[in-house]
Amino acid sequence: MLLFEISGLTHFFGGLKAVSEFNLAFEGGELTGLIGPNGAGKTTIFNLVCGVYHPTHGDVKIEGRSLVGLFPHQVTAMGIARTFQNIRLWPGMTVLDNIRVAHNYRLNYGFLDAIFQTSRYRTAEKGIDGRAREVLEIMELRDYAEELTKNLPYGLQRKVEIARALVIRPKLLLLDEPSAGMNLGEKEALIGLIRWIRKEFNLTVWLIEHEMRVVMNLCEKIQVLDFGETIAHGTPEEIQGNPCVVEAYLGKEIN
Amino acid sequence: MNKYSLTLLACLFFVLAVGLSWAGALSSYIQLVLMFVGINIMMSSSLNLVNGYMGEFSCGHAGFMAVGAYTASLLTVWFFTKGSLFGPNLLPPAWAVLLFPFILLFGGLIAALAGLLVAIPSFRTRGDYLAIITLAVNYIVKSAIENIQPIGGARGFMGMGRVVNGMKEVLDIPWMMVWTWIFAFLTLLLIKRFVTSTYGKGIIAIREDEIAAEIMGVNTRRAKMISFMLSSGLAGLAGGLFAHILGYINPGSFGIMKSTEALVMVYLGGMGSLSGSVLSAVLFTLILELLRPLQLYKWVVVPLILILLMLFRTEGLLGHRELTEVFPGLRRIFRSKEEAHAAL
Repeated sequence: MLLFEISGLTHFFGGLKAVSEFNLAFEGGELTGLIGPNGAGKTTIFNLVCGVYHPTHGDVKIEGRSLVGLFPHQVTAMGIARTFQNIRLWPGMTVLDNIRVAHNYRLNYGFLDAIFQTSRYRTAEKGIDGRAREVLEIMELRDYAEELTKNLPYGLQRKVEIARALVIRPKLLLLDEPSAGMNLGEKEALIGLIRWIRKEFNLTVWLIEHEMRVVMNLCEKIQVLDFGETIAHGTPEEIQGNPCVVEAYLGKEIN
Repeated sequence: MNKYSLTLLACLFFVLAVGLSWAGALSSYIQLVLMFVGINIMMSSSLNLVNGYMGEFSCGHAGFMAVGAYTASLLTVWFFTKGSLFGPNLLPPAWAVLLFPFILLFGGLIAALAGLLVAIPSFRTRGDYLAIITLAVNYIVKSAIENIQPIGGARGFMGMGRVVNGMKEVLDIPWMMVWTWIFAFLTLLLIKRFVTSTYGKGIIAIREDEIAAEIMGVNTRRAKMISFMLSSGLAGLAGGLFAHILGYINPGSFGIMKSTEALVMVYLGGMGSLSGSVLSAVLFTLILELLRPLQLYKWVVVPLILILLMLFRTEGLLGHRELTEVFPGLRRIFRSKEEAHAAL
């Protein structure tokens, strides 16, 4: 069975066709890129997968189960985590709390347990605390555990966001422009980090990226989107030589 | 000892307040003010849950207070007193001693259900719209009660004084002082436990970034529903106590003015700060009482204080921080359980 499958995904914003007949299939373990000029519909596809929008047509399946029509938190519980184009951490909360709250999808106690601090609550909280600290340890963020995330530098915030996505123990990790706003050194570190977490956590990674250095370095397969249509897919070398892609990014040559 | 100093302090205060009232060392006016401080602590901290921790804007808190006040009052009067409305008392008045807290909780429950009724449609909208809806609900509750003649309509409803007297005949202690402060402390404990749990921190995440919260696995709909119900339920509880302290309620006391007072206390103390809510409830109640000699000018001075506060301290006295964070020295005395644990 395929790990993740998108078939015929189409979405309209009013009369505008934002995504048209988008198809994709992951066996599991891939590291795939989704590129395209601004406004091509890349983030819309991510939002459709996560349940922020509901597609006009088409289906999204993870391990054979359809995600269409589910709320975002239900999609998360099925094993899809993501980061955002503009970092969306909870700025006024500490790094540790950011990681802890991401455990909400698998919380096995209710409101009353929290109020009466039952043994179920205490065991669960202990487990959450342990796992959160463990992830911080692995991601080398332990020193910042008590820091408010808004006080961290950009690169670290990105790292916390990835850590937060990882505690969901996703099968599929969606990264929306992870290198946006980073300098060269940070980008290099990010490439290393993504490669490493993919191996360490046995992840399938799907990323949107504008920075060609990152995409071409990192991804094994690339899909190119323009005006909601898939115009090319293949290995980085194939994509680089593809005239359609060059045209989409730079325009047609004048004879 | 550090771990329990807050509990100890609360107990000490409780024993002093009840003991001195019982011994007759406090005049009934001082007692009344003390009880109002307790009620206001409940009102401000419960509203803080929605307006501060969750970051929504509810401004009809008095409406839920009214629901709780009327529910609890009707029940106690029906059960324990002879009256024109319900006829002879259903249960012996002495039972009030045992049943009173449960009736109060039931009043809170009904207020929570009223909160749910408001939350279901209104959390589809956000921000300003919720403010308008809750404002409207406040008016709806008030006018509804004004128009139900059997329970007194605009004239109000009384008889709770006899219920309290019935309790005093069994055991002569200042019952309302006891219950007000027990419930005030329970309210604080409950909110503290809720917002420090991973479950409850979900609502802080909603305030910080709702879309991220939803996508990172927080069931935002349910979280909002629960905190709104909790908030309105606690307001209802405060209402039940308020009704039995005064012995008389009328719809006019649950108007927009009361809601505004709760809002003022939340913003004075600082959003998302429980100790701020307590501090501002105490300050606000005392300032209002101290300024009583100014009569009408009180309502010039108090808003002026607020304007100055908003100009120079927008986030309130303790915005999003607890007292121990503002004065780290206090930490030596009041250490939270987690901190005490971490220090080991």
